[in-house]
Amino acid sequence: MREKSNTSRTFLLPLAVGVAAVTLWWLLCTSGTWSPTQFPAPREVWAGFGEEFQQGRLLHDIGASLFRVGTGFGLAVLLGVPLGLWLGSSALARLALLPWINFFRCLSPLAWIGFAILWFGIGHKSAIFLIFMATFFPLVLSVVAAVASIPTVYFRVAHDHGFGSAEMLWRVTLPAIMPQLITALRVVAGVAWVVVVAAEMTGAQEGLGYAVWDARNGLRPDLLAVEMIVIGSIGVALDWLLVQLTKIRSVRWGYER
Amino acid sequence: MSDKPLRLHNVSRSFGEVAVIQGLNLEIGHGEFVAIVGPSGCGKTTLLNLLSGFDKPTAGTVERFGQVRTVYQQGGLLPWLTAAQNISLGLRHIMPKAKQDQQLQDLLNLIRLDGFAHHYPHQLSGGMRQRVEIARALAGDSDILLMDEPFSSLDYLTRLRMRQELARLLALRPRTVVFVTHDIEEAAQLADRVVVLTERPAHIQDTLAIELPRPRNLTDPAVVHATHHILAKLGLED
Repeated sequence: MREKSNTSRTFLLPLAVGVAAVTLWWLLCTSGTWSPTQFPAPREVWAGFGEEFQQGRLLHDIGASLFRVGTGFGLAVLLGVPLGLWLGSSALARLALLPWINFFRCLSPLAWIGFAILWFGIGHKSAIFLIFMATFFPLVLSVVAAVASIPTVYFRVAHDHGFGSAEMLWRVTLPAIMPQLITALRVVAGVAWVVVVAAEMTGAQEGLGYAVWDARNGLRPDLLAVEMIVIGSIGVALDWLLVQLTKIRSVRWGYER
Repeated sequence: MSDKPLRLHNVSRSFGEVAVIQGLNLEIGHGEFVAIVGPSGCGKTTLLNLLSGFDKPTAGTVERFGQVRTVYQQGGLLPWLTAAQNISLGLRHIMPKAKQDQQLQDLLNLIRLDGFAHHYPHQLSGGMRQRVEIARALAGDSDILLMDEPFSSLDYLTRLRMRQELARLLALRPRTVVFVTHDIEEAAQLADRVVVLTERPAHIQDTLAIELPRPRNLTDPAVVHATHHILAKLGLED
């Protein structure tokens, strides 16, 4: 009973805020406070949606951006998690590599745009490279920190029960960091989605970032608003997908203690 | 099987300059329940680590016959495994699977938690968690239980209940037990023999045998007498 009202609240409350915001937006536009060239009215943005959709551009751009984020983020997870686990288990490797990983983490991915275009040209590859550079290093550091915070008693228990070193990794270290890993994936996926838009502004001729750039150059604030609404919504949807991982029963301990 | 599954001969352990244990001799008999008490920081946990083989002595020898399991002070259950999966860790060498399942069910019945088999540790109370830990340590063919202040994080009443529970379980599944505690009453109520350690570097100050069948009442005159004796040895009672 109580759960049901909570669920309806989680949808109804944000929806009410959204409706209020759009109403306010509409009122400001009709009262003539802003000129339509500076601030598009809801009706124009709605029409922009139709235009983008009918030309097939919108879905194409969404597809391109999602492909780049999926590949860049996927590669970062595939390489970053094992590297983080290894660094977490080897003090010597940490000593040697952590300062450098931290160095690259501190470099804004946007600083790489020049090299990305020089090395990979314009298109998928350079955007994927930029997303990888933006997500790989923070992910590695999160995994290292998560491994460092595992209570030693878990390893002792595993040792008492005759776990080998491979079992230690797969059946102790990895499940022990899962709650923190999921949180890190959420943060890093958010970064990837922000970066793809920036990367596509200069290094691509398709994708939502390119569409933003194109709308700006074409002096089309209505389309600019369309792209921004789409970018924000997809970002929220991606995060929602990753939040579903926190509902796995064997990771609940990390969130309910 | 040896009649002395645990033997420490002239064992010393130091960390750098700091000698934690010095020249300690101790033999523990098969099925015996030995409690180790002493001032805090005197090296009780170091001794347990030496007994379990997790740590090596700087001098002397530690002999161990049989499979050792440790019950930790708190949080020794793996939080991503259910109560049943945690207990099954102790059964993982048992084949075939049907036999393993049967033993798991027996253990769950034994600790009276069969309704909680699929609960995760964070969904259980402190006392229930310790019962699961004990069941895991008793599982399969373990011979020696090392218990490192297993009840110290529980509230007083739960602690008293867990002492009765441990005595009951050991009557059903006898094991050789080394029980480290700072709770003198607990030692007197549970142990066949109480070993009192000195300040660091630890060696044995006194050994007290308590010949009274378990389970014992906390207020049994023999338990009270033993408690007094230990407290006097530690300089806490006249």
